Amino acid sequence: MINRECGVYQTTYEGDMALYPLPLARYSTLAVVVVLALLPLVLDSHMMSLANLMLLASIGAIGLNILVGYTGQVSLGHGAFMMVGSYTAALVTVRLGLPFWLGLPAGGAVAALVGAFFGIPSLRIKGLYLAIATLAGQFIIEWVINHSPWISGGVQSTIYVPTPTFLGWNINNEYRRYFMVLPVAIVAYVAAMNLVRSRVGRAFIAVRDRDVAAEIIGVDIFHYKLLAFAVSSFYAGMAGALWTYYLKIANYEHFTLATSVSYLAMIIIGGLGSVLGSVFGAVFITLLPIVLVYVVEGGAALFGFKYAAIADFLANLRLIIFGGLIILFLAIEPEGLFRMWGNVKRYFRLWPYSY
Amino acid sequence: MTAQLEIRGVSKSFGGVQAVSRVSFDVQQGEILSIIGPNGAGKTTLLNCISSVFHPETGAIVLDGRETTRLAPPRVAALGVARTFQNIALFRGMTVVDNLMLGRHIHMKNGVFRSMLYWGPGRREEVAHRQVVEDIIDFLEIEAIRKRPVGSLPYGLQKRVELGRALALHPKVLLLDEPMGGTNHEEKEDMARFILDVNDEWGTTIILIEHDMGVVMDISQRVIVLDLGAKIAEGTPAEVKATPQVIKAYLGTKATV
Ligand SMILES: Nc1ncnc2c1ncn2[C@@H]1O[C@H](COP(=O)(O)OP(=O)(O)OP(=O)(O)O)[C@@H](O)[C@H]1O
Ligand SMILES: [Mg+2]
Repeated sequence: MINRECGVYQTTYEGDMALYPLPLARYSTLAVVVVLALLPLVLDSHMMSLANLMLLASIGAIGLNILVGYTGQVSLGHGAFMMVGSYTAALVTVRLGLPFWLGLPAGGAVAALVGAFFGIPSLRIKGLYLAIATLAGQFIIEWVINHSPWISGGVQSTIYVPTPTFLGWNINNEYRRYFMVLPVAIVAYVAAMNLVRSRVGRAFIAVRDRDVAAEIIGVDIFHYKLLAFAVSSFYAGMAGALWTYYLKIANYEHFTLATSVSYLAMIIIGGLGSVLGSVFGAVFITLLPIVLVYVVEGGAALFGFKYAAIADFLANLRLIIFGGLIILFLAIEPEGLFRMWGNVKRYFRLWPYSY
Repeated sequence: MTAQLEIRGVSKSFGGVQAVSRVSFDVQQGEILSIIGPNGAGKTTLLNCISSVFHPETGAIVLDGRETTRLAPPRVAALGVARTFQNIALFRGMTVVDNLMLGRHIHMKNGVFRSMLYWGPGRREEVAHRQVVEDIIDFLEIEAIRKRPVGSLPYGLQKRVELGRALALHPKVLLLDEPMGGTNHEEKEDMARFILDVNDEWGTTIILIEHDMGVVMDISQRVIVLDLGAKIAEGTPAEVKATPQVIKAYLGTKATV
């Protein structure tokens, strides 16, 4: 948030250690929450669906950033962990009749277990090799779910779930879905902010930065790597479960390798090792294809092409731009949009005397 | 009196290089013991064995009557051994406070849920340990840089912060690998003063590797001399200085002693 710390002195460690130590920051944070809560008053249904997609992506991206950005363990299996959460939620809803607010933590918990299991190779290997091991995890999970009718429901691996309800309300339009997704996203965000500034988060960063030094001061690397996989997959599982309730369907095609890659793109573009950056990245990657369509449609109209003729081209263009952006950000601004945001903040810190 | 730390016939080799060979000595509780020797003598390797970064091929390391030879490094840390590194191994992107808070890791209990909640007991624990960290910051006179990322600090200050992180563990035995290496005269004096104060106030046992003979002779009660991996002398600074082998192997090369 934009705020300036000049002239504010902390007199207690509690004050100094608060998430938002400056009064202005607390107010602006509160303002953001209020604006988010009031958004449905001004946005139409289509815009609300976009907002929902961004929130869903944010939850998944925050989870991946805890693993990749904070703990330094690369994963190409995030999509599969979301898939686990998605099918878990569908199954407990259809078979056990659990409400969505129990299906969510159930999806998170099962995904956390599976994620910790597929995180075991991280004890021995890192970097590219770990990426390949988690890639194998992605395919194994996808294959197992697809080939177990007991899990995937058989026909086209699709499970339909009834419209979720809350206290008698049917969550059956974009506005109501927004109020199903928003609280989860806010809790996910605050929990992650707290995590990374306290004991467990510091241990994650220690494992990422220097594992020998981390061990020497008593951080059990094994434990924290697996914990990072579990926490990250819990987030993925929650996001996957929310997808199930959002679309009223669980289908593996929403969580393929392409999903894993696009979540990696979110956190690289948004900023590795930044919770807020994960949100920026999620917003950016959600908007990118939509903006692309507008641009290409506009171009097509201008030059008199038929839109249908370039639909294929558009799909490829999206992938090319994805890849290009990842390379660009890795090369030029490895700390991503979050860093750029920081630069803007720094500029305004002493504004208007910012020379 | 039984020793706090016993090194019994420890050997460690790398390929064909015998870095440490059959070294034995005792360390008494509360003493400052220096390990000296020419470059490549095996001093750092010996510290690495004590803190379990490497496990020796032969011999045993016993802390307070308990063998630690094959324990994993975090276990050894939890038993009360802390150290600094010859080349500094701080978490460069983190602030001074966060580096020291990591030094409190073994004394804290917050798990993932309490950390995420950051409320009630979880928050109280963070604040209580922040207080401990601030006391160390005061002690080392680094208040002004507490919120600075460690990587941006000059070398001498980084050495001091690394000492702070080790102190945050409240260790029984503190291993310091050339804490004054590469620092200027004033920083050396400060560091010597901190080492003596730590030893004095908390009775912490200190094992010090140092090349500056003046400092070694001034602050240590006993000195061990290594050469080519083997212990060639042991005794008070005065005794060691008078040993012919030492003069030949090590001190003889320095005209100033
Ligand atoms: N990880 C390692 N792998 C291979 N050889 C090593 C390793 N660590 C140390 N050595 C070798 O072991 C011998 C002892 O090295 P060590 O670092 O313990 O010496 P030292 O007494 O600390 O020297 P210095 O005063 O230069 O720090 C050297 O020959 C060194 O090359
Ligand atoms: Mg050395």
